[in-house]
Amino acid sequence: MSVATLISVSAPRPRAVAGGTVALLRYVGIRLGQAVIALLGMVTAVFFALRLSGDPARLLAPQGATEADIEQLRHTFGLDVPVWHQYTNFLVGLLHGNVGYSYVQRESALLLIAQRMPYTAQLALVALILSVVLGVVAGMIMALNRGGWGDRVITPIVLAGQAMPAFWTGILLILVFSVSLHLLPSTGYDGPASLLLPAITLASLSAATIARVTRGAVLEQLSRDYVRTARSKGASTFRLIWRHLLRNVSIPILTVCALETANLLGGSVVTELIFAWPGVGQLTVQSVSDRDFPVVQAIVILASTVYILINLVTDIAYGFIDPRVTASVRGGGAT
Amino acid sequence: MSAKRKADRRGLIPLIVVAVYVLVAIAAPLVAPHDPNGSDLAARLAGPFAERDGSRFLLGTDGLGRDVLSRIIFGARVSLTVAVATVLVSGVVGVALGVLAGWRRGWLGTVIMRIADIALSVPFFLLAILVVAVLGPSLVNVVICLALTRWPRYTRIAYAGVLETRERGFIRSTTALGANGWWIVLRHVLPEVLPLAVVVATLELGLMVVFEASLSFIGLGVQPPTPSWGSMLSDGQQYVATAWWLATFPGLALFGLVLAVNLLGDAVRDRLDPTRKVAASSKRRRRKEAVLDTVIGTEQPNA
Repeated sequence: MSVATLISVSAPRPRAVAGGTVALLRYVGIRLGQAVIALLGMVTAVFFALRLSGDPARLLAPQGATEADIEQLRHTFGLDVPVWHQYTNFLVGLLHGNVGYSYVQRESALLLIAQRMPYTAQLALVALILSVVLGVVAGMIMALNRGGWGDRVITPIVLAGQAMPAFWTGILLILVFSVSLHLLPSTGYDGPASLLLPAITLASLSAATIARVTRGAVLEQLSRDYVRTARSKGASTFRLIWRHLLRNVSIPILTVCALETANLLGGSVVTELIFAWPGVGQLTVQSVSDRDFPVVQAIVILASTVYILINLVTDIAYGFIDPRVTASVRGGGAT
Repeated sequence: MSAKRKADRRGLIPLIVVAVYVLVAIAAPLVAPHDPNGSDLAARLAGPFAERDGSRFLLGTDGLGRDVLSRIIFGARVSLTVAVATVLVSGVVGVALGVLAGWRRGWLGTVIMRIADIALSVPFFLLAILVVAVLGPSLVNVVICLALTRWPRYTRIAYAGVLETRERGFIRSTTALGANGWWIVLRHVLPEVLPLAVVVATLELGLMVVFEASLSFIGLGVQPPTPSWGSMLSDGQQYVATAWWLATFPGLALFGLVLAVNLLGDAVRDRLDPTRKVAASSKRRRRKEAVLDTVIGTEQPNA
């Protein structure tokens, strides 16, 4: 759906499309292949990360397991066969959707994560929307109104937002809104009101980063010739932003948004811990302190898969936004 | 001239603040009024300015009766060490790989960027948690796993910068003039890429302080009783309703350092990148560019 609509959107630009569709499809194909390689690499990295300590059976065993238990585990997990064999077994297991079994909670790791996922997704989505909207608007204002009152008001806020670590923002918000004012619940999941404080906490850092990148990208473009040409032809500021600037600054902005999504997933570990939010982040910390490594491993694998998919979509979006990217993907710029 | 002096002045205050942090961290045993680990259960949870047996606890004491100010001062050591070490390791490696990948492209570039993508494709905080949990928490392990997960940021930005730069007119002209490839990279491409990398590095420096604190906050950083701001905040959260100073002051120290580092980074960027300062007047711009060339010229070996 997105392919068709995006192509039709760019249809009025004959130069971008002529001979471009084939290049675009090839570009999408190459990116897909690379995503698969990335997945394989990530899974491999996780596989060997668990073996960094030397004996994974000891890690996977629940606390207080006896030597015989560990020997038994080694056999059940197939850890008594050569590493190469373990690796292929691990991959085959993954293909069957078997990401691990928590011996601490006596439950499939996948199920444990699936129970927590809706909470984390909800939080990340609200925070992402909040931070992209606030960030891009703030960045645009800072760049276009440089030295003006808008810039002077927003810049200190952005700088402060960027320097505030999530957990401190969270604790301060709790101090002010829960402990002092009794306005909002401080912990747990209890309706939309309880979403507010964690979402603001998560969004503050990302919004500041996005604002900074937007400002930098716009300022860089403002000194380019095409902006001067558009201005000299009498284009209004709105038209300048909409028709000329957005397309050119969207690549850095998209890049940082993709990276921020990872930050939201990572940052949500701490935020969820502070607000006792029943999401995946809390599960991660809980599993680490329980030494429940199958669950930690499953979380890393699943979160990374999601992130690789986000990256893939971003990369494909580049191709639509900037035809030069598809042209140069296979050493096309042999100048 | 005036613009340059202004940029100097803007960076001066953050520079002084960062320098104070560094000095305090180095001289921690001399500056701290109390033993950071000396607990006095009789004086536990004393508020700021509390006095006891003739000694004063300026920022109060924690749940074990330890002086908060002294612990903040010693905590600066951990934060600064981890942040600087991580940025140095990941920045140098990342930029070198990114420029190499962007300039050479071909199979080498593809391999480098694929590895970078894989490293980027793991939500890094989760990977850090996994690695630290497996290896066991310690200062060196924290640096290792932060650096392992952060280099692709520099690689990606350097790569994007090189790709964008190499299609620009002046690079094509230089190539047409028959210049040597690596000379073009050093002389023309790096100056375009380095400001990006420096901006990323300063952002990262602040971020690394935050992430070290985050790891400590969830108990995977430097282990107690060594004071670190993250674990102090974690303690403070437990007393959030009764002892507000426990979470407020370590957070303030963290906030101050990160803010100063970020502001310093801004000043550095404005000095390194003349096009953002003076866009309108081409004469001044050209002069600034000459200044930039000399600045970058001296910094080349670092990249």
